[in-house]
Amino acid sequence: MQSPLEHVVLFHVGPVPISEPVVVTWLIMAGLGLFAFLSTRKLAILPSRTQTVLELFVTVLDDQIRETMRRDPAPFRPLIGTLLLFVLFANWMSLIPGIEPPTAHIETDAALALWVFVATIAFGISGRGLRGYLDTFVEPSWVMMPLNLIEQITRTFSLIIRLFGNVMSGVFVVGIVLSLAGLFVPIPLMALELLTGAVQAYIFAILATVFIGAAAGESEEIPLTAKESE
Amino acid sequence: MTMEGNLVEIVSVLSAAIAVSFGAIGPALGEGRAVAAAMDAIARQPEAAGTLSRTLFVGLAMIETMAIYTLVIALLVLFANPFV
Repeated sequence: MQSPLEHVVLFHVGPVPISEPVVVTWLIMAGLGLFAFLSTRKLAILPSRTQTVLELFVTVLDDQIRETMRRDPAPFRPLIGTLLLFVLFANWMSLIPGIEPPTAHIETDAALALWVFVATIAFGISGRGLRGYLDTFVEPSWVMMPLNLIEQITRTFSLIIRLFGNVMSGVFVVGIVLSLAGLFVPIPLMALELLTGAVQAYIFAILATVFIGAAAGESEEIPLTAKESE
Repeated sequence: MTMEGNLVEIVSVLSAAIAVSFGAIGPALGEGRAVAAAMDAIARQPEAAGTLSRTLFVGLAMIETMAIYTLVIALLVLFANPFV
């Protein structure tokens, strides 16, 4: 049985080996980017079918960010939305035969979680100022500073392991059942994997929102939700 | 293979099995309590079923992660053991 920590190297670009997750990741990025580009060329007041779905997605995303952060969602929408969509499609890549989800390899999750880590610091500094952001580390008192510093590392690490473990265990269990029982038996497990993938994508995005929101702090005036302003 | 290397492998397989089996107990109990509480809440307030089940799914995924951690440890011991 192949170790989940090893990689299949597909080809080399110069001295750099290119493994399968990298290719799949770039395919997802190209697909999502192309779809987003093409579907936003002709935006109309009376939306088409595709535009309605996209507007629904953006509205739901905005409401979630606003409820969680108590801030205007506009600066956070691109990052959180991209994380959610990318992780969702990456988790569902196992639907295509022969392709493993790139999130079943720890390097992809580490890259995503490191982006969340960087974004937490960046939004924290831009939201509170450098002094204000550093002050959050000595809350509620200076005794807590080591714990606050460790928390930054451990929660990034648990973000990595949570996504990696959930997706990888799904791939692993399907592989084991397939080798034990045969062709059509793992289908219910794969259906369960779809649910797990969607839930994990949502959790990854919502945790990123919570971390960034906690670092950036609440804004003075709480913006109205879409429902309240109607 | 030397006897000592063999012993490390045996202990690794055993410890992986123990880690997964005992690591599954806690999350299983926790998930049971969470589902029971959600059932109770839905029975009292059926109109809140949507919000409750959404929160339940997220909470279950969080609890399940604890079991996943032990699985990752077990796989590390089996496939990426630094002592073998």
